[in-house]
Amino acid sequence: MSDTATTPEGAVSYYGKPIIKGPVWKPEIPLYFFTGGLSGAAAVLALGARLTGNEVLARRATLVNAAAITVSPVLLIKDLGRPALFLNMLRVFKVTSPMSVGTWIVSGSGTASGAAAACEVFGVLPRGKLAAQSLAGALGPFLSTYTGALVADTVVPVWHEARRTLPLVFAAGSAASAGGAVAALTPQPFAEPARRLAIVGGIAELATVTAMEKGVGELVGEAFEKGKAHEFGRLAKAATLAGTIVTALAGRRRAGAVVGGGLLMAGALCERFAVYHAGKISAADPTYTSLPQKRRLASAQQQGQ
Amino acid sequence: MSVTSPDGQTTYGLQIQPRMGFFTDTSICIGCKACEVACKEWNLVPEDGLDFTGNSYDNTGELSANSWRHVAFIEQRMEFPVQEAGVGTDFRWLMSSDVCKHCTHAGCLDVCPTGAIFRTEFGTVVIQDDVCNGCGYCVVACPFGVISKRELDDDGGMHKCTLCYDRLQDGMEPACAKACPTKSIQFGPLDELLERAQGRVEDLHEAGVDDARLYLDGPEDGIGGAGAFFLLLDEPEVYGLPPDPVVPTKHLGEIWGSALVAGAVLVAGVAAAFLGAGE
Repeated sequence: MSDTATTPEGAVSYYGKPIIKGPVWKPEIPLYFFTGGLSGAAAVLALGARLTGNEVLARRATLVNAAAITVSPVLLIKDLGRPALFLNMLRVFKVTSPMSVGTWIVSGSGTASGAAAACEVFGVLPRGKLAAQSLAGALGPFLSTYTGALVADTVVPVWHEARRTLPLVFAAGSAASAGGAVAALTPQPFAEPARRLAIVGGIAELATVTAMEKGVGELVGEAFEKGKAHEFGRLAKAATLAGTIVTALAGRRRAGAVVGGGLLMAGALCERFAVYHAGKISAADPTYTSLPQKRRLASAQQQGQ
Repeated sequence: MSVTSPDGQTTYGLQIQPRMGFFTDTSICIGCKACEVACKEWNLVPEDGLDFTGNSYDNTGELSANSWRHVAFIEQRMEFPVQEAGVGTDFRWLMSSDVCKHCTHAGCLDVCPTGAIFRTEFGTVVIQDDVCNGCGYCVVACPFGVISKRELDDDGGMHKCTLCYDRLQDGMEPACAKACPTKSIQFGPLDELLERAQGRVEDLHEAGVDDARLYLDGPEDGIGGAGAFFLLLDEPEVYGLPPDPVVPTKHLGEIWGSALVAGAVLVAGVAAAFLGAGE
């Protein structure tokens, strides 16, 4: 008989204490995952609108892109403590660190988006605007998805197990929220591409979230069904579903576009918080760290025999 | 001439030293916590709370920014042939001084976005606290939960065992190993320690301690072996250690691959939205 604590699944632990440390990130970080994702997808939408000559849509998307990317470093710095600390990340570039790569993506696309928005507002330098817009549009997709890679590249069980689907979930949420936001601000008939992006993004988000929750396996997947992860996850699904339906049925009217876009943004935001909390929950329980490892060792041993 | 460090990178040139590490033989740990105290004194590690946990004699709790050695105490209703606990024959006490593993493939070092974490000429892994910006990525990249944040008002950085880098540079052994009264903590060139550890396991098996096993002693595990390895008397998870630790960057290719695919899907989605609307 051992006096060491045993978890309900039968995993042995040291007084029930976690094996790994959970994330020290404050809620600013999942909030940034939302604003950064929205910004990235809006940059792609803005470039698309510019290239297809839809200037009304391009203007709105450019401004949404710039607004969302302006908030992003503020959130990151708030998590770090003071602005100078952000600069420490600009002294290296490391492919093994998605955060390092992401720092350069944020810095590059932020500068480009800001320049494009300034040209748009002041109506100057059309060529410079297109160049800045192109750079922001090229970096946009990765601004939306690198954060999925960032959390996947950790030992937090639910994040690491979701490494194949997390970037897709973030891409879908980015498309839904950027499409919804821009569609809400753009008059018809110019808003149509944004509206379509919002609908496609909403459907993709519902599908990819389901795939992610199933894909992490039954044991680790429990984290999605507990506490705040469960609450935010349910809110996210409900808001995304409602937002997709409203945008599809009533999105061609301004009121419908505003309500639908608001719901899609709320859905994408809640999903980031669901992922954030699921990570915290899965890190805090030693079962999710040790039991999959025990099973892996056992099956490796079986194969060896 | 090129010299290769434990993680396979060519670095340091002629300055490189033999890889140094710890062999913690938990079978002779007496739970005195001299290692914890010596570490705190030498490295000026602040107080980490004066709490009673109720978990045997362990009031340190876990490794953290403010505890670079942590002695675990495990009480078991089990006989231990070479130990007289003084509370009957069906009782054994396991004690183990845990520390940063100084992994061959160190997740903390891989993900650090500032370059604050580096590998020394001794093959150890050290955080430069003036470069660290407290982002917290290393905390969740460590399979052992070694690193945490030392909280300050609007600042604060990550801290962990340095394997007494300053002492090593002056040819001294780390403070914990120096203070250990039973040589449970042994310091030296890693290859020598590994050889000694093998002999110790064989001796223990001969003495009837069948449970004795080495932990993190080989390059074939998920972290490529550790610079600090252990002789344990039970499964790793009993001591709060992961049974099969894997560095998260082992799957870096897959992770970047899925981010690139997701980015491409996003572009395709936007393109489709415009093509569909063009009619």
